[in-house]
Amino acid sequence: MEAVLPFVIGVLYAAGTFLMLRRALARILIGLALLTTGTNLLVFTAGGVIRGRPPLIEGDSERLTGPYADPLPQAFILTAIVIGFGVLAFAIALAYRTLRDAGTEDTDELTNSEALPEERA
Amino acid sequence: MRTRASLILRTTVPVLLPLFFVFAVFIFMRGHNEPGGGFSAGLVASAAFALTTVAFGPEAGRRALGLAPRVYLGAGLLVAGVSVALPVAMGEAFGKGLWTSITVLGRELKVGTPLAFDLGVLLVVVGTAAGIVFAFAEERD
Amino acid sequence: MTAWLMAVPLAVPAAAAAACLLVGRSMRMQAAITFAAAVCQLAAGVALTAEARAFGPAALAVGGWPEGAAIALVADMASAVMVVLVGTVAVLAVPFAASTIDRRREAFGFYPLVNVLLLGVAGMVLTGDLFNLYVWVEVTLIASFVLMALGGGRLQMEGATKYVALNVVASALFLTGVGVVYATMGTVSLGDLARAAHESGLAWPTESGTMLVLAALLVKAAAFPFFAWLPASYHTPPIGVTALFAGLLTKAGVFALLRVSGLLLSGGESRDTAQAVLLTLGGVTMVAGVLGAAAHTDMRRILSFHIVSQCGYMVMGAGFFSSAGYAATLFFLGHNMAAKTGLFTAAGIAYRLAGAYDVRALGGLMRRHPALAASFAVCAASLAGFPPLAGFFGKLALVQAGFTGGHFAVAGVALFTSILTLYSMTKIWHEAFWKPPPSVSTAQGRAPWPAWTALFGFAALSVTAGLAAGALFEFATLAGEALADPAAFIQLTGSAEP
Repeated sequence: MEAVLPFVIGVLYAAGTFLMLRRALARILIGLALLTTGTNLLVFTAGGVIRGRPPLIEGDSERLTGPYADPLPQAFILTAIVIGFGVLAFAIALAYRTLRDAGTEDTDELTNSEALPEERA
Repeated sequence: MRTRASLILRTTVPVLLPLFFVFAVFIFMRGHNEPGGGFSAGLVASAAFALTTVAFGPEAGRRALGLAPRVYLGAGLLVAGVSVALPVAMGEAFGKGLWTSITVLGRELKVGTPLAFDLGVLLVVVGTAAGIVFAFAEERD
Repeated sequence: MTAWLMAVPLAVPAAAAAACLLVGRSMRMQAAITFAAAVCQLAAGVALTAEARAFGPAALAVGGWPEGAAIALVADMASAVMVVLVGTVAVLAVPFAASTIDRRREAFGFYPLVNVLLLGVAGMVLTGDLFNLYVWVEVTLIASFVLMALGGGRLQMEGATKYVALNVVASALFLTGVGVVYATMGTVSLGDLARAAHESGLAWPTESGTMLVLAALLVKAAAFPFFAWLPASYHTPPIGVTALFAGLLTKAGVFALLRVSGLLLSGGESRDTAQAVLLTLGGVTMVAGVLGAAAHTDMRRILSFHIVSQCGYMVMGAGFFSSAGYAATLFFLGHNMAAKTGLFTAAGIAYRLAGAYDVRALGGLMRRHPALAASFAVCAASLAGFPPLAGFFGKLALVQAGFTGGHFAVAGVALFTSILTLYSMTKIWHEAFWKPPPSVSTAQGRAPWPAWTALFGFAALSVTAGLAAGALFEFATLAGEALADPAAFIQLTGSAEP
């Protein structure tokens, strides 16, 4: 499992970066989602991957025994997932409004705000 | 929403709604010691409002929610804020988890500031998610 | 020291955001709550500074967990002074923003968002661990995303799209860096990491993780070559929002940069690498920003490019890695928050009075509105570095720290950039204030009094900070020492045993 994940993360980063370099906003959004997922997965693997051993003390014992999954990266990704969820939801709404207000989702045409007033479309 | 939602959806949603809320309460209550908690419970609860909105339109969704989403947001922030500030007022460290137990229907129930914090998270999530869903549903162009 | 005091700059804006949401439709009430929160934040900052000065730095372990396991807030001289600066900008800029924003945007959650912005910035300043730094950066960022896009319209959407896309990539870099650091070190507490960095030096994977974090913070601080988001977006939202952003966002990024580089990269070989990176980028940023400004005639765009240029000075100051350098950077940062926000308020007032941001369409403002002209001149002269204004002492200290450290080239670039800054400021001065008004008569509006108060306040700050530079440098020096010496930080937030 741990040997596979780096490749998965690599593919997610690569695909995310590639899509974020495209001109269409929809692709940029998908790229953003992939990039965030890749990052979350990286943080997830940061603590080492131990399966089926949550860091919970069993009912009758006093302390944790044996190898257990590191809870801290899990807390990290939980936070990061929530943040990513918020940012992605906002970005989707933003892209939608951009498409509506600007009439295009081609980032090469989103140059009105940087043009001189007399050159604006 | 111009198009009417399908008959299947309109029939099943009223049946499903109570299940969503019960499940949300279940997730919320098991959250402290087992996977679950305010965030996921909030998402489940807001899924109920989202479904209502999809099936019957945003007005129905707003009716089901009762108060405006921003009230949920504000109340959630306030509850979470009070739960971390309360220990200071009681002479403990900022944000320390304080627990006490009460008896409800003959069963002992542990309540404490972390639970209140989770409740705040739940309310914020419901407020945010419902606000987003309504904003999209009420969009007309 | 009362430890809970450092939770106040966070708790107050959070409570104010909640109160604003609950108050609902009364905009006056929401504005009053937000202003009160800003005042409380400032007061808390002053109290923290006094305590840090009297009793030394302190930490607050949230939740009462043991040190090393808890989420820590740290109030040393540096973060306390920074809270004061943030509070000051907020107290003046919030009424300005509130009085110039239109009703529609105001009703769409403007005040709760401003509170969340203040919350995030205070969190970035006070946090004691790397992951929470990420969280606070995100809190600030999400609030700024929405403020940037609030209200809609084509131009604002375009600006927001660029702002969001570039900043989200930076956030991904940041989190990746945090992940790498945790994977190799098993901790994200800045104290523990600083101890490792100073005792044995960071191993290469950790160092590369830290460098990723540094890169992300350079994006936030709008350093070359990552600054494109700033001049592409800052002129699109309403001027009140821009003024708040100019005073808070990049500055908080710079402070996080100072903290992270001072703690994690100031030991051993990583210091040399980081120093080369920061000094080079700082120098290039200064020149790139000021050259970008030369090409523009919209006041907001000129000033936006100048934010970039000024951030270059601060990145350079971070690159000196000396307590004198940190002290100078903090003083410069404070001066810049006042002068830059003041200039944006001046632009906003000019727009209200004469109906344009483009300097070509303006003119004759000096004769018609001498008070505006005088305040603008003070802020602009402070930015360009005229004695006896605050900007002069900030630049002097930075250049001095550079020469003392033997970084002659970059300090020379800083001096050269001052001349170009002066050119930009004279351009605005000449076009908007001095030249006769354009024949087509422009709108004759009025500016609300909170806007004037903010402008006069920022101008007065630039003057008094210059006149009282000696006394203020005392604080800056203490803060600089706190940034340069990680020992106190390690003791406060590190776990008991390494």
